[in-house]
This record gives sequence, structure tokens and C-alpha cells, in this order.
Amino acid sequence: MSTPDPLPVVPELERPEGELRSEAGPYFGDFGGRFLPEALVPALDELRETYEKAVLDPEFVAELQRLAREYTGRPSLLSEAPRFSRLAGGARILLKREDLNHTGSHKINNVLGQALLTKRMGKTRLIAETGAGQHGVATATAAALFGLDCTIYMGEEDTERQALNVARMRLLGAEVVAVAQGSRTLKDAINEAFRDWVANVESTHYLLGTVAGPHPFPVMVRDFHRIIGEEARAQTLEVAGRLPDAVVACVGGGSNAMGIFHAFLDDTDPMVRLVGCEAGGDGVATGRHSATIGGGSPGVLHGARSFVMQDEDGQTIPSHSISAGLDYPSVGPEHAWLADIGRAEYRPVDDTAAMEAFALLSMTEGIMPAIESAHALAGALTLGRELGEDAVILVSLSGRGDKDVDTASRWFGLVGDDPARADLGALRAQARITSDLIDPKETP
Amino acid sequence: MSAPDTRRLRSADALDRARDEERAALIGYLPVGYPDLAGSIDAARVLIDHGADMIELGLPYSDPVMDGPVIQRAAGSALAAGTRTRHVLDAVEALSGRGAAILVMSYWNPILAYGPHTFARDLAMAGGAGVITPDLIPDEGADWIEASEEHGVDRVFLVAPSSPPDRLAHVVSHTRGFVYAASTMGVTGTRASVSAATEGLVERTRAAGAENVCVGLGVSNGEQAAQVGAYADGVIVGSAFVRALLENEGDSSAARSALATVADDLRAGVERSRR
Repeated sequence: MSTPDPLPVVPELERPEGELRSEAGPYFGDFGGRFLPEALVPALDELRETYEKAVLDPEFVAELQRLAREYTGRPSLLSEAPRFSRLAGGARILLKREDLNHTGSHKINNVLGQALLTKRMGKTRLIAETGAGQHGVATATAAALFGLDCTIYMGEEDTERQALNVARMRLLGAEVVAVAQGSRTLKDAINEAFRDWVANVESTHYLLGTVAGPHPFPVMVRDFHRIIGEEARAQTLEVAGRLPDAVVACVGGGSNAMGIFHAFLDDTDPMVRLVGCEAGGDGVATGRHSATIGGGSPGVLHGARSFVMQDEDGQTIPSHSISAGLDYPSVGPEHAWLADIGRAEYRPVDDTAAMEAFALLSMTEGIMPAIESAHALAGALTLGRELGEDAVILVSLSGRGDKDVDTASRWFGLVGDDPARADLGALRAQARITSDLIDPKETP
Repeated sequence: MSAPDTRRLRSADALDRARDEERAALIGYLPVGYPDLAGSIDAARVLIDHGADMIELGLPYSDPVMDGPVIQRAAGSALAAGTRTRHVLDAVEALSGRGAAILVMSYWNPILAYGPHTFARDLAMAGGAGVITPDLIPDEGADWIEASEEHGVDRVFLVAPSSPPDRLAHVVSHTRGFVYAASTMGVTGTRASVSAATEGLVERTRAAGAENVCVGLGVSNGEQAAQVGAYADGVIVGSAFVRALLENEGDSSAARSALATVADDLRAGVERSRR
């Protein structure tokens, strides 16, 4: 190659010949497995068998496709973001609009798949954990659609910062249990859901909402979200005439990221970079963050070996993020593996950068992202400036931001007496620069 | 950590002794570090003095998915007060050589963080008998099986009412010491009655090849201990003891006497279990 590579150092693959897409668990390299009580092994076996049979059953596949089309509203759009792109050094940013799915996020893809499996297993009750409430809302929605009982576990702190979603779940007929143990966030909601599951496993399916947990959850949840990447890959080829230079997604547990990354795993020549944006909270150096890959170490939590935020005794360190959906001290084992082999890279995005991106996308494109997704958008702004204006960057816009209006209003000092954490006026000035119609030198 | 090996009483020794006395063994659980390290060691001594054949020392963990509210509260308080893995080994050393087999009950990640081989070695040196691992199944336990084998530490895996014959055989074949049979599908905590199906689970576990089967989850009084002890080799009690501690927080002599009362009742239960 005589032309200089415009990209910064691309991580080297240990196994470039391998079909990374074919990995099906229970292990991803050293990660994954089933670390959980023996009492739940039969339920996991039943789930795995039901799942493996279902995906080969044309009737199941047809039903899932029909629901995706007629209920979720798939395929989701791919939107150009021309004004936002100008803030990203001119790199062309394409948004995969999972925010336009029914219930407002990617979560519905997995929920409908698992709800169909629940019916196949003859179970009548769904339980789920939720952080931001998006997975809880999606699960409550599926329970309503299929006529199943539904209990959602949510950390008490999250029920406060995501009150709108709590109301939505209750209005959909679900019982919402505020979990007051531990750090009162997502990890404690998962603990409580496991406790419920072991006691009620005969009637109940635990509809885990991310690519974490014991096998088969990481593989199964990824597979139900693979459609995000498959659609986005074809749509990018159509609008850009080539594959993107990078695919960017936020990573808490990592379900939307695995969903959009998967279709690109073997696109290594030329390399499609896969960039996961973890929640940097107050900054990784402060210890108050959720950047598990960036700031954690290998360990076992919630049924899988992965990266975990833990102290030297293996006790979980509470995570922190302004985004309830990313506020989780572990990560899906496939991400841990992709980081380990260098196929994907993981970067922390702190609260401040995420909130800026939240406002900037709203003001430049009229699209209000979920704060979770805003971490990916902030990552895209940085990456775009690194890659330059010829680059094409595909961003997973995993959810919409209505649920976050309260948090954002407080952050920018729009309600109450709290001091603003950021200057909305300065962001508005930045956004104005991207307009073709307004002379930015004129004061508004 | 210089305890001579001769002080070590293994699980099977304690179970055989009870069998010779024609009764089930009494096994008491307490989390290390509640109300504090010395208090938890003291509490375990009370249990031994009042007839416990084995002690399970709980290693407090931040994410105890198999524990109900009572043990969560005590273990959470122990962690908040700074309890460390090495304190658990200190407690093992302080309690060994007093006539009871001392086991550790721990979720897997703290042992993984300590290093499975190092943990097995240090536990054996402290005089410990073995480890109960509620969230480790033998399928994921290759390192632990090797480490526990090398250092002569009992490894206690669990079976549950949901376990089918192939899983029972699998668990039994990898277990050393005794198999822990969970009486109910659920987490730790006292229950009004012990399921009648538990006897069937114990029978199925024996049919799968287990020599020793002890029953835990839900047993809290002498009557239940007598009932379970009629068919199980050992009766495991946790939340009832921990509740006695919680209800007497701040009054160590009242806590000691409450523990003694619960233990005496349970010991009387296992003693009449085979009559």
C-alpha cells in the first residue's frame, strides 16, 4: 500500500482468518459461561433448547419477522445527520434509528423474541430488570401483547431518575418493584430478578435485557438484535456506496452495540472499526464511572465471566453514570472478548460529553437521543474529528430521549433551583454554526 | 496460618461422628464480620458449644443472588464495616480445633479474585475443612476441582428440587464431603415448613451416588430439624441464627443467649431425628 493510511492505529486481530460472526458461546475466548446456582441449570437448558429449535423453525422465524414489521415498525430508518456531521470534523455521520421502534428503543427486538420463546415454553409470567426503564417498558409491552403477567425490578435510584418510564410500565399493566438493596441501581435489580427467578422458575421466564448473564443469554440476546447491524450494513452500502469506516455504539451491558457490531465483525479488509462508548461518568480517573472494559478487570458477575468493576477482594464496586441504562459494573462477555482480541475498541465518554452531544443532536437535527445513545454520539464527534471529512461513521441511535427530559432539564438548569452543569447557550451557538441559513456572526 | 494439619476436622469426620451417635449432624451458618470480626467468631463458638457439628462461615459478598433479606442485611453490614477475604481465613483459624468442621460458604468471584489455588491452600493451612460454592456449578469448576483436590479441601456443590437425574449424577460425582440439597426453589430464609418433596430430593441424590447429603434453606427450629434429620445426614441452618444476631444488635450477651437457645432447640431436634 503506497497511500498513507489516514486512520489512527487500527487494532491488530489475532485471528483475522476466523469467522468472528460464527461464535455461538457458551464461551467467547476466556469469557462467558454459566456461573449461577445449580437450581437454575434446568431452566437455562430448557431455554437454550427452545431457542435453538425455534430459530430453525420457519413458523417461529415468520412470526418474529411479522412482529418486527407490523409491531416494531422495522426496518428502522438510516438517517443522514448533515448538520451534526459538521460538528464531527465533517465526517459523514449516519444514524441507525432504533429510537423510532415501537416503545422507543432497540430493546423491543430482543423482548419480542424472548416473549415468543416464553409462550413456547408454556410459561405465563415475565420478569425483567431495567435501568433506564427502556427494557422494562419493552418487556411490559410484550407482556401486554401476549397476555403474560409481568414484574419489573428496578433500582430505587433509577425509579426516581426515570419516573416517566415507571409510570409507563405500570400503565401497561406491569408490577414495578423498586429495589432498595445495595447500590439501588441496575446490578441490584438483576440480583433481585435472579432471586425471583429461582423461586418461580416453573411459571416464570427471566427476560434478561442485555447480552450479559449466563449462556444462552449473551448469544440469544445478540441474535435477536443482529437485525440492527444487518439492516444498517445494507443501508450504508446503499446510501454511501461503501461500508462505513467505523461503527459506534454505547455500551452498558452492550446489547445495541453487539446488535449493530455483529454484521461487521468479519469486515476487516478494509477494516470497519467497531467503537464501543462506555459511560465515563465523572471521569474514569475519579473512580465514579461505568467504563467496565476501560476501568475493570476479569471476574464473574451475574452468571458470566467478563470484565467487572471490582476491588481486590472481588467485591463489586458500584458504577456511576448519568445514564441509568449504562450504569452497570459489568459488560457482555462477547464485548470482553472482542476487546481482548482487539477487534473492537472501547472508549469512555463522560457525563459532560454525553450531555453536550444530547443537546447538540437535538439542536442540529431535531432528534432527541436517549442519554445512553448520546454517549455514542459524543464518541462519534471525537472519532469524526480524528478520521476527517472523508470518513463515514455509522452510529447506533439506540433510543429516544423523551424519558431523559427531566434529567437533561436539571443538567442544563432549566427547572428548579439547581445550578446548571453546562451552558445551553454555548451549545446553541455551536449548533448555529452548522446552519446554512443563519450567519453565525449575527447574534440571535 | 501455622495450624498443624492434625487440627483439621473434615466434613465426613463430623458427619460420621453424628452417624455413630445415631443422629443427623447440625450445621450452622454465620456471616463473618457481623456484628464485627470478633463478634462473628464469638457467635460461631456459641454454636459449637451448643452442639453444632459443622460451621459454615459466610464470606460476605456484594451481590448475593442466593440470599434472602436476613442474610443480605447481616452480610451487607459486615462488608460496610470493612470485612475482607483474609478475615474469613482468620475466623477459620480461630475456630478450628474446637471439635467442629469449619467450612466457608462463598460466592465464586471473591475466591476467583483471591486465586482458587491460593484460597484452597490458605484455607487448609488455617484448618478449614472445605468450601460451599452456591453459584459455581461443576461444569465451570475445573480450576476449583483441581485446587481443592490438591490441597485436600472439601468442595460442596448444590442440588435443587429442579435437578434432573443427569445433573444430580454430575454434581455428586464432582462433590467431596457432602452434597448440599436445597430444600426449596428459592433463596435463604426461614420458612414455616420444609417441603415434603425434600425427602425425595435426598433419596434421588443418594441414588445418584452421594454418600452424604445435607439439607439447607428454610430450616429454623427443632421440629423441622427433627423432621429433616430423619432422612438427611445433616441439617443446615442459617437465617434463624443470623436473625437471632440481628434482633440483638448491640447487646452481645443477649445475642449469645439467643443463639444458644436456637442452637439448643435445633440440637435437640437432630438428636431425636432418628428415634
